[in-house]
Amino acid sequence: MLTILFDGIAYGMLLFILACGLTVTLGLMNFINLAHGAFAMAGGYVTVVMMNRYGISFYWCLPAAFIVSALIGLVLERTLYQWLYQAPHLDQVLFSIGIVFMAIAATDYFMGGQQQLINLPPELSGRMDVFGVGVGRYRLFTIIVCAALALALQLILSKTRFGSRLRAAVDDRRVAMGLGINVPLVFALTFAFGSGLAGLGGAMGAEILGLDPNFPLKFMIYFLIVVSVGGTSTVSGPFLAALLLGIADVAGKYYVPAIGPFVIYALMIVMLIVRPNGLFSRGSR
Amino acid sequence: MSVLPQETTVSASSSTATAETRAAKLMKRRSRIRFYEIIVWIAAIAAYFLLPSKMLILTEIAILALFAVSLDLVLGFAGIVSLGHTAFFGLGAYVAGLMAQHYFAEPVTGLIVAGVASGVLGLLTSFLILRGSDLTRLMTTLGIGLMMAEVANQMAWLTGGADGLSGFSPGPILGMFEFDLFGKVGYLYCVGVLFIGTMIMRRIAFSPFGLSLKAIKGNPMRSGMIAVPARKRIVTAYTVAAIFAGMAGALLTQTTSFVSPDVLAFHRSADVLLVLVIGGTGYLYGGIFGAILFTLVKDWLSVITPQYWMFYIGLLLVILVLIGRERLSRWVEYLPERLSKKEDR
Repeated sequence: MLTILFDGIAYGMLLFILACGLTVTLGLMNFINLAHGAFAMAGGYVTVVMMNRYGISFYWCLPAAFIVSALIGLVLERTLYQWLYQAPHLDQVLFSIGIVFMAIAATDYFMGGQQQLINLPPELSGRMDVFGVGVGRYRLFTIIVCAALALALQLILSKTRFGSRLRAAVDDRRVAMGLGINVPLVFALTFAFGSGLAGLGGAMGAEILGLDPNFPLKFMIYFLIVVSVGGTSTVSGPFLAALLLGIADVAGKYYVPAIGPFVIYALMIVMLIVRPNGLFSRGSR
Repeated sequence: MSVLPQETTVSASSSTATAETRAAKLMKRRSRIRFYEIIVWIAAIAAYFLLPSKMLILTEIAILALFAVSLDLVLGFAGIVSLGHTAFFGLGAYVAGLMAQHYFAEPVTGLIVAGVASGVLGLLTSFLILRGSDLTRLMTTLGIGLMMAEVANQMAWLTGGADGLSGFSPGPILGMFEFDLFGKVGYLYCVGVLFIGTMIMRRIAFSPFGLSLKAIKGNPMRSGMIAVPARKRIVTAYTVAAIFAGMAGALLTQTTSFVSPDVLAFHRSADVLLVLVIGGTGYLYGGIFGAILFTLVKDWLSVITPQYWMFYIGLLLVILVLIGRERLSRWVEYLPERLSKKEDR
């Protein structure tokens, strides 16, 4: 029972790291980016290639995954995404689905369609016993890293100058520009940072979530659930939503395997009907 | 004192009358049968005689066209971005398959039952898309599509699970026309249903009702102010679209004698959006033109790169959006409206 809870928390933490970049693009920049999973997949594959082909340590792969995904995100944002911030939502949806399709086919072409496996360092694999609860070491590691990241994110957004610039740019783009804030730069950096976090999540999740070319499509709905249920005005909203989703999904798969995913989708739809602006939104906007 | 008000009422009523005739004229002009429409249907019949070896792909086009036209009613007229339209397509496909397997092998009955079943689902789910923003609708439709796929996958005793439904064969259409090996009857059947479906949806879309849908798409609040009941209209449009999407699914089942879980897959929803983007939204025939182009391109690509055609479909989507998808369908406006010129303007 507690093990399931623990696994669920680890899973939820991962989902949060994967989805929090999307919170920014979707909620703050109002861009429906269905291709967010593609960045996560990029991070995952960077890790797989570095570890399995070049034998680089897992700990070095994580920052590398972050940097590579962030760079890809930065380049794509500057070349393609920025033209579509003002476009109708249908255009954004079509565009990002196109990116997803391309990412899937390209990954299939270069890496093959099979499930990718990584070999964790020995100190992270296996289980240990904490107060009678079986705890996967890697899951503990995931929780610690993700919790630290979430805390850092909250601090960056609320305490630093960059965070206040971002919030200003989001609240009112025109006024922020009038105050001398370089809004496109802020958005580009934020997009890159979000993509990087997704890449990091993809790298860490390769072990727990699995990694194959269909990753962006398979987890697209999960990211969207986290964002739409959690709301987009805070960091803590998506964080709690991700935790809930993670626990519910793991528990659902364990206790009622036949209808597990069904329950998640049904819950999401009910949630959207009751609170269209998210579970923890600060009133309607 | 008593003369003045009388005069104003007279002039007011006469101006209402002229406004009414003008409105009627405009509506008539809007709903007139266009030149290209005649060409489309002649071409559909001609294809039967000219391309006897291509019946299967032509049938595929006709089915996809019906599916896309039904989505256009929701997307192009009511302005609802749906990522789960395949839920209705898939439900129709499964219902038609189950009908043929267990109850009644006659295709037209199966078609109608499938349409009704999808329509009921459409009616029930339409209430979910009334609230919230584009994103909420997107999520809800996507969620419904995924739920349907999950249901079909889990209820293996009914739907065959991952293996799909097979081992049934539809009977002769209306008890008279047997499906043949080369798909000729199947093609005519699909084109017939496509024709009837398009004509019904055309009647709906180019009526004042369709015009009010476009008003809702333009600005829901303002359309509410001129007394357009937005919620009611959206529910109706969504239900009608669901009915025809279900029929398209039923056609697929009946012409292939097979239902795979693929009919509910996400990429089908994306495909049909792409079809509409290629053909253009908001005039129904975009679905047909788009289906022709999409199927030909996909066929061509899957010959060249059997495994990676998805990449080029994605590339196509990205390019289309970046260069502006409206430019593609503008050619329709340059066509002559009618064959012979007479009366008004």
